[in-house]
Amino acid sequence: MMNASNLAVIAARVRARVVEMSHEAGTPHLGSSLSCIDLLVATYWGPLRIDPKHPLDPDRDRFILSKGHAATALYVTLAERGFFDPALLDTYDTDGGALPEHPGLQCVPGVEAATGSLGHGLPIALGMALAARIQRRPSRQFVLMSDGECEEGSVWEAAMFAPAQKLDSVIVMVDYNKWQATGRSDEIMALAPLAEKWRAFGWDACEVDGHDMAAVLAAISREPDGSGRPRVIVAHTVKGKGVSFMEDDNNWHYRIPTADEVRKARVELGQPEVRA
Amino acid sequence: MRNAFAAAITELAAADERIVLLSGDIGNRLFDTFREQFPTRFYNCGVAEANMTGMAAGLALSGLRPFTYTITPFATTRVIEQIRVDICYHDVPVVIVGTGSGLSYASLGPTHHSCEDVGILRCFPNLTVLCPADSAEVGPALEASLTLPGPAYIRLGKKGEPAVHASRPTFEVGKGIVMREGSDICLLGMGTMTSIALTAADELASRGLSARVVSMHTVKPLDEALLADAFSRFRAVAVVEEHSVIGGLGSAVAEWLARRDGRHPPLVVCGTPDAFISESGSQQWMRERCGLTGPAVAATILARLGTAT
Repeated sequence: MMNASNLAVIAARVRARVVEMSHEAGTPHLGSSLSCIDLLVATYWGPLRIDPKHPLDPDRDRFILSKGHAATALYVTLAERGFFDPALLDTYDTDGGALPEHPGLQCVPGVEAATGSLGHGLPIALGMALAARIQRRPSRQFVLMSDGECEEGSVWEAAMFAPAQKLDSVIVMVDYNKWQATGRSDEIMALAPLAEKWRAFGWDACEVDGHDMAAVLAAISREPDGSGRPRVIVAHTVKGKGVSFMEDDNNWHYRIPTADEVRKARVELGQPEVRA
Repeated sequence: MRNAFAAAITELAAADERIVLLSGDIGNRLFDTFREQFPTRFYNCGVAEANMTGMAAGLALSGLRPFTYTITPFATTRVIEQIRVDICYHDVPVVIVGTGSGLSYASLGPTHHSCEDVGILRCFPNLTVLCPADSAEVGPALEASLTLPGPAYIRLGKKGEPAVHASRPTFEVGKGIVMREGSDICLLGMGTMTSIALTAADELASRGLSARVVSMHTVKPLDEALLADAFSRFRAVAVVEEHSVIGGLGSAVAEWLARRDGRHPPLVVCGTPDAFISESGSQQWMRERCGLTGPAVAATILARLGTAT
């Protein structure tokens, strides 16, 4: 497992490419992608037991990006991790391309589920957890959700089921950036106190700074405590993280960066060389 | 039919370790034998059908063969989004089983009726739609669903439906089963209405008309060869379904017919009206109200042919 500072370097590289892809393809959800990249990188270079050379190994851990609108963050992470040739990223959102704005079904190796409609990833992951139990496989299931996503009823149906079956192979991360498409997630719905809600549903819940790589690694790498409770990491994050003029500005849910903004963002991320 | 389902799934699960049964908090005692024999492959998923349906997709993505089972509207229209995205888009071999379809739960009111399920579900790519006619078709339908690479929906009645088969029929997905030969009218029964179609055929016989009766157990994919033959040589083709006249087998046949050139004999669709039946009443009373009895179906056909008295 890599140390936290190495992971921060990878995360900066992923962010720079994600900003660029938003500009090149003219696609939104940049703020939402930037807020969860540290969680993705920590998972893919941390506890996730996967082998890019054997992406369908039945014993592998599963990662599901339930907040499918952060697709570019997942695509760049998978490419960096060696699941496919990074050149494929150039085809993102092109006509007839393999990489749509929400992850398609097995569109590239490493994508475990097609997402985009919110509230689907956790039930699917629970099915995978039951399957691992039935088939006696060591697989664990990591699910990355958004805070706005926690407004979907299906999330809480799943939240009630998992502890009843002691599905402690499941690890949920909530990217709690406090924004949803059109406003504050704690104001539109009574989302807070979020960790307490999960706890009340029977989960082993903890809260971390979602941009503190060492803290995230520690939280997601912790072994189950033996109680059978599944785990949830409520990760406090900043929408648009890593680019000063995007941070905590919800306009970047939909805004597309200009070429000049991409250059500025890349400099801030320590990745000044702009692609031709 | 639900007892036939419980017996068939238990038997199949003994031979196929991939079978997992997810129930939405119904079937009290129905699955006792299954639970006893396969304790790790039965889950009561509670009153949480969206999660049950999503989990089925996750199980199937891991190589298992899950069945979801609950009362039809809760197995289907309540979780249309999960069926569409998790099951059909992922094209995974989940079998959705709805029990008490159509007006089987008549007295429980429109919340428990399901007369729109086929119309909605057959729109979804990859999904096979099966409506077994009686208990004897249930086991074969389950077996057939296990041979499919993708998802299936199996629409069951409740209990005590009249048997239309004396023995286990040969059941092939996409191939209607001819129950009785005839030469004037072709009656296509969807699911449990096949028994009504047989009664209607008796009525027609007493009026001098000979009717072929088919158990049209597969609504999707349609048996196009059977339809082409029927519209080429009968005086009328009639669909009988405990489903809305919007979207069901009758609509599927009409869509097929609309794509064909040339003249054709009339298509008669006997189904439930485009309305909720909110009065209390038994299934028999509601069928009578909807014109879904043997004599009423025969009368509708005769009226259409202009030979009614």
